[in-house]
Amino acid sequence: MMRIEKHPILNFEKKKEISFIFENKQVTGYEGDTIASALHALGIKTLSYSIKDKRSRGFYCAIGNCASCHMIVNGIPNVRTCITPLTEGLIVERQHNKGVIK
Amino acid sequence: MIKKELIIIGGGPAGLSAAKMAVDSNLDVLLIDRSPSLGGQLIKQTHKFFGSKKQNAKMRGIDIAKKLINDVKDYKNLEILSNATVVGLYLDKVLTVFYDGKYVRYQADAVIVATGASEKFLAFENNDLPGIYGAGAIQTLMNVYGVLPGKDVLMIGSGNIGLIVTYQLLQAGVNVKGIVEAAPKIGGYKVHASKVRRLGVPIMTSTTIKRAVGKDCLEAVEIISLDEKWQEIPGTNKIIDVDTLCISVGLSPMHQILSMVNAKMKYIPELGGVVAVVDDINQTSVESIFVCGDALGIEEASSAMMEGYLTGLNVAKYLRKPHPDSENLIHNYHQELDLLRNGPFGQKTLIGLQKLKETSHA
Amino acid sequence: MLNQTGIPSKDQVLSRFPKENDLLKPKAILECYEDIPCNPCATSCPFDAIDIGENINKQPVLDVDKCTGCSVCVTSCPGLAISVAQLVGEKAVFKIPYEFIPLPNPNDIWKGVNRAGEVICDATIEKVVSSKIMDRTALLTVSVPRNYLHEFITVRKP
Repeated sequence: MMRIEKHPILNFEKKKEISFIFENKQVTGYEGDTIASALHALGIKTLSYSIKDKRSRGFYCAIGNCASCHMIVNGIPNVRTCITPLTEGLIVERQHNKGVIK
Repeated sequence: MIKKELIIIGGGPAGLSAAKMAVDSNLDVLLIDRSPSLGGQLIKQTHKFFGSKKQNAKMRGIDIAKKLINDVKDYKNLEILSNATVVGLYLDKVLTVFYDGKYVRYQADAVIVATGASEKFLAFENNDLPGIYGAGAIQTLMNVYGVLPGKDVLMIGSGNIGLIVTYQLLQAGVNVKGIVEAAPKIGGYKVHASKVRRLGVPIMTSTTIKRAVGKDCLEAVEIISLDEKWQEIPGTNKIIDVDTLCISVGLSPMHQILSMVNAKMKYIPELGGVVAVVDDINQTSVESIFVCGDALGIEEASSAMMEGYLTGLNVAKYLRKPHPDSENLIHNYHQELDLLRNGPFGQKTLIGLQKLKETSHA
Repeated sequence: MLNQTGIPSKDQVLSRFPKENDLLKPKAILECYEDIPCNPCATSCPFDAIDIGENINKQPVLDVDKCTGCSVCVTSCPGLAISVAQLVGEKAVFKIPYEFIPLPNPNDIWKGVNRAGEVICDATIEKVVSSKIMDRTALLTVSVPRNYLHEFITVRKP
């Protein structure tokens, strides 16, 4: 379990569950999560693959600076998943390329 | 196009403090932040802050964030836009903002850039493996979203952020196997160092990371000792099994948006990187565009607040709507900033600011 | 040594301890060995026993006679660099800051730890206080054998 339940300084109350789709599978996060934090809590660290060598990529900065967390969300590529709030029913996919605008 | 007297980019300690002085001066203000919540990096600082009463010393960073937000949230002359990213800044002070899936345009009489900083990275083999995160990222994950970064962590860098995040990892129940520091001395405050050392975390100075090991995510890290000339000492390699590597090797000012208006910039290592050349009231070479906080040089949040207040006051004055107590407050905040920079840890900033001043007068 | 390891030298530590006679009453031990911009210890002391002065970058100086060992500074110090020490018979009694869970309970025997993070002795928890004003930094009263007066710094759950 990657979620903090008890903390000496902070209070993490149980929040409302939010279900979303990751790589065609239904998974669950919590209200207040970003897409990246929900995935990390599920043990999913690889968010995309590098364009040329297809190396695994996770997030780096978690505050929207570095572009390392880009994923395809609801069909839109290059979404900064580390600052995008998780909402019900989002369809999240790993990105393998520069991003294709449909 | 929506018109505003003042637009502040960034709702961290500098931006919020600038906003407070601006709204108190009756300016019509728009505060834009790309994150879901205001407060910048304060919202993950669970430790008690240094400084003096004027900087809310001994209050925890998370509570300072709440206070700064409370200080401004009820003003009718302040509009706050969260989850909004400024993607364009133009010479006529027009801003393009990406918000709610759309591009919105604003125009302001003055703009304050308080975009803060970004974490530096380090070059080593396999540095792109998932499991290798910035120290700030780990704080965000842990202290904002309540998610643990992993089980075993190695920290790279012994500046204040590295030391503080180590302590916070321990508080969250994560095992920190050590702190690696390339310099021969610990970079941050020694009280922070002593705090984690007594909890059993070794601090390895004159040591650096050689490579990361792992296939799809981090499995181990190889470290190596350095001699006085910062050269690797053969045979001192050590493999440490960790699933998380936390990189805390400093911050760079987020100056990029100022390049869009061709503001005069200068590389000043003491301030953390490329910063805008400014005059005495933090105005850039582009008229009516100002900058404050870490975007103008890396310091503690306490300094960012003081600089934010000062810049808010100066901009109000510049727009001919001075704060009722303008001169007095400007004097006080100047004094506070001078005090904060008056010790050995402030020397670097003072040297950097001196270099910046020499450029602006050149 | 402090600069390389985070462990203050024996001389540094001893320089912050008052004479043994003074420690018959509880006294603050201010382990701040560096000029950093910070003064909550001085401003929080109800007895004006801690002086930093106008320049907040200076290290705190304790007026041993004025210090009552009240421990307000212990939980006010953002660096967790202050403890209160007292000699009571064969025991050294400390008041230390603690920011971990679980908190110990009175009469628990935990491990006494030195500044290098090594376990050095058993430590008896005498009292645990956590109030609103202390803002989630608990104050533990802990006793250890008297000969660990200059070595003991914190406790660890066994």
